Amino acid sequence: MIKDLRIRFGIIAVVVLVSLAYLMPTLIVKDERTLPDWWAEGFKLGNDQVKLLPSKTLHLGLDLKGGMHLLLGVDLDEALANSLDRFAAEVEGYMDDEGIAYESTKRNGEELVIILTNTEDEYDLKEYITERYRILTITGSRTLEDGGMELRYAYREKDLSEFKDRTVEQTLETIRNRVNELGLTEPEIVRQGEYDILVQLPGVSDMEGAKELIRKVALLEFKLVVEDDEMLSEALKGNTPEGTELVYEKVKDRETGEIIEEVPYLVEEETQMTGEVITDAVIAFDSSKGGQPYVHIEFDRRGEAIFEKVSGDNVGRRLAIILDNTVYSAPVIKSRITGGAAIIEGSFPVDEAKELAIVLRAGALPATLTLLEERTVGPSLGADSIRKGFLATLVGSALVVLFMAMYYGASGLVADLALFLNMIIILGIMSAFQATLTLPGIAGIALTIGMAVDANVLVFERVREELRLGKTPRAAIEGGYSKAFLTILDANVTTLIAALVLFQFGTGPVKGFAITLSVGILTSLFTAIFVSRTVFDFVMSRFRIKRLSV
Amino acid sequence: MEFIKPDISYDIIGKRWYAYIISLVLILVSVGSLVLHGGPNYGIDFAGGSLIQVQFTKEVTLAEVKEVLTAAGLKDPVVQNFTGGEENEYIIRVVETDLDVTTLSETVVEDLSQHFGEGTVELRRVEMVGPRVGEDLKRKGLLAVILAVVGILIYVSVRFEFRYALGAVVALVHDSVITLGAFSLMNYEVSLPIIAAILTVIGYSINDTIVVFDRIRENLRKARKEPEEEVMNRSINETLSRTIITSGVTLLAVLALLFLGGGVIHDFAFALTVGILVGTYSSIYVASPVVLAWNKLFPQKGPARGKKRRR
Repeated sequence: MIKDLRIRFGIIAVVVLVSLAYLMPTLIVKDERTLPDWWAEGFKLGNDQVKLLPSKTLHLGLDLKGGMHLLLGVDLDEALANSLDRFAAEVEGYMDDEGIAYESTKRNGEELVIILTNTEDEYDLKEYITERYRILTITGSRTLEDGGMELRYAYREKDLSEFKDRTVEQTLETIRNRVNELGLTEPEIVRQGEYDILVQLPGVSDMEGAKELIRKVALLEFKLVVEDDEMLSEALKGNTPEGTELVYEKVKDRETGEIIEEVPYLVEEETQMTGEVITDAVIAFDSSKGGQPYVHIEFDRRGEAIFEKVSGDNVGRRLAIILDNTVYSAPVIKSRITGGAAIIEGSFPVDEAKELAIVLRAGALPATLTLLEERTVGPSLGADSIRKGFLATLVGSALVVLFMAMYYGASGLVADLALFLNMIIILGIMSAFQATLTLPGIAGIALTIGMAVDANVLVFERVREELRLGKTPRAAIEGGYSKAFLTILDANVTTLIAALVLFQFGTGPVKGFAITLSVGILTSLFTAIFVSRTVFDFVMSRFRIKRLSV
Repeated sequence: MEFIKPDISYDIIGKRWYAYIISLVLILVSVGSLVLHGGPNYGIDFAGGSLIQVQFTKEVTLAEVKEVLTAAGLKDPVVQNFTGGEENEYIIRVVETDLDVTTLSETVVEDLSQHFGEGTVELRRVEMVGPRVGEDLKRKGLLAVILAVVGILIYVSVRFEFRYALGAVVALVHDSVITLGAFSLMNYEVSLPIIAAILTVIGYSINDTIVVFDRIRENLRKARKEPEEEVMNRSINETLSRTIITSGVTLLAVLALLFLGGGVIHDFAFALTVGILVGTYSSIYVASPVVLAWNKLFPQKGPARGKKRRR
């Protein structure tokens, strides 16, 4: 232990003040009330605005704030089946055009089975499929008794897992796009496990609407941009010209991913084509331009024809790519595009090119979602929980504080001071790291009260024993702390093991409990050992204590 | 102020057979109840299904709610009063239904509003857990408990000796089983937070046990001639005051939660209350006697005690 009391008090003061600073936003910000300007804005240092003081309030879990927690499963089997069905239809179309006779093309599990009437057509078809559908690989072929030929195709193993991965990614993007429409603060949309998607919507009021919106099938449309600034400004005033509509592109900050600007586009109402005619979209790199990324799109036969006409008729115009009413890109049509494939190039970074490919695929192969888990807490129940949890913690701590003071006298008051500081530090740390406080988390704090006091109880009981052995108060305190220290450490480490396991396994509220419990154990070690000891040492050094009140 | 006088000396170790009997009875009752109920009463977190909590702005009885829902085509909806909640607040549980689970809560609210009037029903909470997630949570929950027990076993083995770790683990298995048993007897549901509570009880109970073990180790080193039984008994007595005070203090906080914390946290607080009570008992009456029993079964060769030094 550091000898100099001033340094020890200094450490305590810094810890408490920093915790208080982090707690301030939570205490002050409420409804209309905001942080004072001098706090929120910080000061200017050179050209930078330095925000020294924290401005974020305690992060409350969905069970306290109210909101929805949805775990969605992406139906990959169905997505795969749809994709193979598309290939089957394409191959059939090709064979019809080329006059290749066939018995059937159908999907069988994860395989595409084509039965040709004549063996001699085998090579033609194989060549076509290999060239056009690079992700399909032949898994078997055999001559049938009646002279026909059976060909089996499937995704390559690597491509299959990539297919699944991309399907989840594109669904994630679709959901993210829609959740943005809800205008919530801090929604969370992340992958969970291998192929599931977790959506957390704090403070959502229309639960039914939100659920519906998320599970809606993605709609990708291509619409021509109306290049007329006057019409655009009219439309922005609310007078959208006949036959046009206003859509927006959400420009994200390249580093933070936050939406920083909404760029308006005036587009023709008529949809030129939808995502259905796209078979694939991938990101590729142009080696002749120093690895500049571009997006390669493939159309099915119907799409090939539509796209050839649209591009031919509108060379020089921009074609907006719109997913669920949000513009993702509006490339200029450079020339008539034939051959069923197109590329979108521009000076975008890899991330944006990737996003564009995802968007195109999302519209091309929308996947259905299954609701695996839902946890919704209405705002009123959340508010009730906060109120009751707070009251219970308050009453609990008051009882403990009272008891300690009665049972251990003046020393009990020192423990109470440690307890009080402990609360401030726990909440300060939670706020600083933006850890989530949940209802079980409040229970964790109540438990921590017990644990924090426990360390002091251990010390005081030891001190009493030392005093009974006839030691002076100073020696008794010294002996009590040093003898109890290892016991306290051992006892707390085991609890910490349980808390950490909980953290690993828990979700949502339970995780919040594990966090408060872990933080509480660590801070209670600080307050119950370091802080209370410092107070005792200070009193001992200043006053001649004959009788210790413990 | 003192509750427990410093010079007390209860014969705890000597009367350990009584403790064995009490523990055995408690465990038998717990296991018996669990068996009779066909395992723990898993809540929807583990069993899957839906939970819908609604509050009415007017007087509505439980029977009425049930009637409306049954008429609406829900098979056997379980309707309960929400513990510690407001008047006219109910929890509806549906395990199996032909209706679309995705929109079940909306359907229920619609049906209820149609019957009791628009705007009289407020949807307070929805929990829906699909079968796959339920299975997954069950597996993870079990794994977590096992991991925590193994982690504690290893730590105590390293810091003390294996036989102490064994005593500690027997004590905490004892505590978890009885806590689960209490849930089964009360017919409360075992949900995700309850597993968290049991893990906390494990951590808490071990905390008490370690304080006792620590004192035993210290006293064994000081009094090498004294029989281990007597040292244990003295150590338990010496730490008795601390054990009771700490548990009592924590219990104060947890009881406040149980009575004032509201319905959502009620079962969780109940698990903690039972766990702390049983955990305190087991660290006094179970953990050390188990170490002793192990010694009798497998006598140690050589001077084992005091061999492990601190640090």
